[in-house]
Amino acid sequence: MADVHVDKSVDARGSYCPGPLMELIKTVKTAEVGQVVEVLSSDQGSAKDIPEWVKKVGHGLLYNEKAQDGDYWRIAVKKAK
Amino acid sequence: MEITGVSPLRKQSRGERRLGKNVVILGGGTGGTMVANHVARTMRDEIKRGEVTLTQITDTDKHIYQPSFLFVSINHARVEDYTRKQKSILSSGVNLVVDPATKIDAGSNSITLASGKAISYDILVIATGAYPDFNSAPGLAETADNFYTPEGAEKLRDKLINFEGGKIVITIDVPHKCPVAPLELIFMLDELYREKGIRDKVDLMYTYPIGRLHSLEPVANWAAPEFEARGINSEVFFNVESIDPAKKVVNTLEGSEVPFDILISIPAHKGAQVIIDSGLGDEGGFIPTDRHSLKAESHSNIYVLGDATNLPISKAGSTAHYEADVVAENVIAELRGLTPSHTYDGKVFCFVEAGLDKATYVSFSYAKPPAPTPATEMIHWFKLAFNEMYWLSAKGVL
Repeated sequence: MADVHVDKSVDARGSYCPGPLMELIKTVKTAEVGQVVEVLSSDQGSAKDIPEWVKKVGHGLLYNEKAQDGDYWRIAVKKAK
Repeated sequence: MEITGVSPLRKQSRGERRLGKNVVILGGGTGGTMVANHVARTMRDEIKRGEVTLTQITDTDKHIYQPSFLFVSINHARVEDYTRKQKSILSSGVNLVVDPATKIDAGSNSITLASGKAISYDILVIATGAYPDFNSAPGLAETADNFYTPEGAEKLRDKLINFEGGKIVITIDVPHKCPVAPLELIFMLDELYREKGIRDKVDLMYTYPIGRLHSLEPVANWAAPEFEARGINSEVFFNVESIDPAKKVVNTLEGSEVPFDILISIPAHKGAQVIIDSGLGDEGGFIPTDRHSLKAESHSNIYVLGDATNLPISKAGSTAHYEADVVAENVIAELRGLTPSHTYDGKVFCFVEAGLDKATYVSFSYAKPPAPTPATEMIHWFKLAFNEMYWLSAKGVL
């Protein structure tokens, strides 16, 4: 995680609607291929549904872990196409 | 260039009489109008004495209640019945300028208008909204119908009420406003075609970008058995990549190809052109905004509310409504030399129509998840009543 260069970070903590995955999809769409988008989510479900979408579309999941400094998750995705 | 409303506070010299502060509200939708009326009503004496000047800049002299488009699309409302003159819902203390803004110069606190005039401000409130981008996917503009514009809703109405059978597909892109409206429409269409006695000839297909039927998990959990009971088809993880107008097929990022007879699309939205042209927005034209103070992150004399923010919350009228109270109170505090102490807690409240005669609602904030109740006829009638009461909200009364 420390070695990953994050190009765009989305703070979706406290977001129920549209929610972290929708925020991630929106940001990935505007990112360049090869860029890394990190999303911060306070929704435990993101740890499952974000990797599921990333796999379905074919992007890369770089990390998916609970933050050490709070009760939220940090998930990074590399845009592949 | 003609300069109007130059801030007397900044221009005054020693011995000159201290004149008023200029507050400019950019945008004449729900959020901007609520802030204008709230400030005007509270500060009527200061406005009369010339200590405060309140100006609202809009690009149209009309105010349209956008949630009516959903009902227009199934011929249960008319756009003209939900349209009023902007002037008629503004407090007399607000100067209305109908002249589209073309540039905001946040460095010199000035706004340029299409006419060439410029208006300066001490405090700026931006409520410029979000707009569906029909060019957000190839083939979308020439193929898809929508109910997010008055013209789109009327065109779709004519197709839906004359539809005699086939496949209707609803697609949803991000970001978009009124997140429950597509779900409401599919339930309404189900009942509309049951009433017409042709439901067995109509294939209704609802799609959603993430792995469930709605971003709010309790809403998705409520909708899933309703879909099954009503025979509404669905596909999740459905993000539109392109549309083939000749074949009438929608293609997704995830690899699906779905044919349709009518494609109802909620395209990705963008911020207002003036925000994009002024370099104040992110890639989508939405302004980076502090989630609690609602101040623009890069300018301490600019507040942002409603669909214009980049906040990860619903782009909806109720969001703008709750934010308007915060912004108006903080603007008033600043004008009176007090600390702007009001904060936004992420509150959103949305009715959810569950067909033609019943509805539920969701209410949530940054800290409190939603918990929808069973749909009832009473909530449906309250929603219809609110459609009429909206004008009181815009006036800052309700």
